Amino acid sequence: MSAFWLLVIILALAVLGFVLGRARALASVGGDRRKLHSLPSFYGYNVAMLALVPALLVLCLWVILQPIVIHASVAGAIPETHYESSGQLNLVMSDVARVAEGLDEMVRQNVMTREGIAALDADSTDLRAQLAQVGVALGGEVSPTILSAAQALRARSETGTLALTVVVLIIAAGGFLFALRSSTGDFRARNRVESGVKLLLIGAASLAILTTIGIVLSLVFNTINFFGMFPMTDFLFGTVWSPEGRGGSEHLGILPLLWGTLYISLVALLVAVPIGLFAAIYLAEYAGKTTRAVAKPLLEVLAGIPTIVYGLFALTVVGPMLVGVFGADGLGWMQGARSVMTAGLVMGIMLIPFVSSLSDDIINAVPQTMRDGSYGLGATQSETVRQVVLPAALPGIVGAVLLAASRAIGETMIVVMGAGAAARLDLNPFAAMTTVTAKIVSQLTGDSDFASPEALVAFALGMTLFILTLGLNVLALYIVRKYREQYE
Amino acid sequence: MQDIKITAKNVQVHYGDTHAIKDVSVDIQDNTVTAFIGPSGCGKSTFLRCLNRMNDTIDICRVDGDIRLDGEDIYDKRVDPVQLRAKVGMVFQKPNPFPKSIYDNIAYGPRIHGLARNKADLDEIVEKSLRRGAIWDEVKDRLHAPGTGLSGGQQQRLCIARAIATEPEVLLMDEPCSALDPIATAQVEELIDELRQNFSVVIVTHSMQQAARVSQKTAFFHLGNLVEYGETDRIFTNPTDPRTESYITGRIG
Repeated sequence: MSAFWLLVIILALAVLGFVLGRARALASVGGDRRKLHSLPSFYGYNVAMLALVPALLVLCLWVILQPIVIHASVAGAIPETHYESSGQLNLVMSDVARVAEGLDEMVRQNVMTREGIAALDADSTDLRAQLAQVGVALGGEVSPTILSAAQALRARSETGTLALTVVVLIIAAGGFLFALRSSTGDFRARNRVESGVKLLLIGAASLAILTTIGIVLSLVFNTINFFGMFPMTDFLFGTVWSPEGRGGSEHLGILPLLWGTLYISLVALLVAVPIGLFAAIYLAEYAGKTTRAVAKPLLEVLAGIPTIVYGLFALTVVGPMLVGVFGADGLGWMQGARSVMTAGLVMGIMLIPFVSSLSDDIINAVPQTMRDGSYGLGATQSETVRQVVLPAALPGIVGAVLLAASRAIGETMIVVMGAGAAARLDLNPFAAMTTVTAKIVSQLTGDSDFASPEALVAFALGMTLFILTLGLNVLALYIVRKYREQYE
Repeated sequence: MQDIKITAKNVQVHYGDTHAIKDVSVDIQDNTVTAFIGPSGCGKSTFLRCLNRMNDTIDICRVDGDIRLDGEDIYDKRVDPVQLRAKVGMVFQKPNPFPKSIYDNIAYGPRIHGLARNKADLDEIVEKSLRRGAIWDEVKDRLHAPGTGLSGGQQQRLCIARAIATEPEVLLMDEPCSALDPIATAQVEELIDELRQNFSVVIVTHSMQQAARVSQKTAFFHLGNLVEYGETDRIFTNPTDPRTESYITGRIG
């Protein structure tokens, strides 16, 4: 039985449990619901929960773990003469999986019976041709080892699935019966359902946190792996970035990339911070209610534009415009449309709503009594904004700017399209440069060997970015929180 | 007979559709403490805020009628509310020191109005204001500490000192002691009495004892109307209107 039908059965059992549990609890007090400890539906939920949740958990874990366990046991059975490295073992195992898949397909299309498959012999039949008939193409002839491994894989998978069905059904039925038996008037069903809800919420929260930890761990291990092949000091302090094909690169220095990232982010912030902040001050202090109601959502639309569209805008509009002024025909500082300036300007536009929206909220949080105090002393509106409101909102605004900065550092698409691909250390803002994110993309796309330092460097780059943006976010949150305490 | 500082005639205030002040006329004398009393929502704070056009900062508020400061219509188009507020200072219900140092809080007004020629001048104004605000001795050693770090009573006296520093002619106080304990209240009341030498003070208060203690004139507001206005002693001992009598004896309010 497939996992899907199993799921349908336990769901049906849960629904049935709800109806029966409710009915049984009511019956136990002779239909007078005032004598029940909890509302009748709590008894129903209790039975449904105990029938569904444990069985579902076992089902999920089993479905995830079974292929891993079987794969490992089959791989262990393959003689060591067939492979030299773990990479080759992986290739062999993918052949095994493919053959096993083909055999399944043959059974489904009634080309062969289960018994026939168990009796298959690689020497006597042309399995490759037969598999091709059912739509599974293989790269080479099927060797006896692979065939026997595939047969073992199939047999164990079938056994495993059968065991899964039995175990899950037993657990579901057990939970169902246990909860149903306890559904009497005195039983505190509500308390159990409430703690069940709490566990569900805890589960959701921990899943999100565990995923984050998982991502960080994978970054960490791959980075350590990379530093095993490439000296850390060359990576951190190297001023040249020139990866060469597969292996043997000598120059994988992060400095040019880091410089590009920081330079472009700086230009972006120089654009976004003043414009965003002034827009926020206008919206919060000067604009009327109707203007604000229209202008604020419009400004926030900017945040909803996909970054690839900004990239297009950089490449086709801003770049050529800048070339017209600073290019060969004009001042002669600019070689092509892609430059730090192009990417920085467009990224700045992208960041405006981040700065303005957050700053606007923070300026609005400054108490009105503060403004009254200033107006009451005869200050004008701009004096009040400059000398009272902004100083009061400053920590929050700094937080907003830092959040925008971490967005800028992590931005990829605009940079790939607007800044070019040349890793260089240059002060000219009209030169093409590249960033950490853009290089992660180029190191991992295309035909690359995942075990080479050229590919693994992407993880080290990713780790650097992660530490950088994490640091900025923590700093921003710390500042914002410190500010909040002042008025609450 | 003392000089009349502010004359208000037939003042009406609307908040959107609500008629908050109904046809109020009152003369406020110079060098006098005038108290506005009345139950919550009677319009006394609203009327106070008309006197320095603080209601301008509220969009839906509309003020009609005639209010004159030294004979000059303050709602005239030619009058700049910013200059008016320099002449008519205000202290609010809740202490609202700016997030700056104590020194900068006091120096704020003189700086924006250009009252000091140099640093020494400014230092002098700050010290004088803090002394008149009866808080100099407590803060003289920490003038550059943040004003928000003071206690509630100190903060309120700082705000009063801040208002005095711009040399206003009239000082409006909107329940200045409602957030203070009795000791700080006593200090502020003593201060108000001293301020009478130089300013005309208008104070809104919920405490009848306070009105009786600090003021020479009292106005009783009820439901947007000015019910009775006169010498404080007379209002509290021999009110003419039955509503005033009910309020000061605690039967309504």
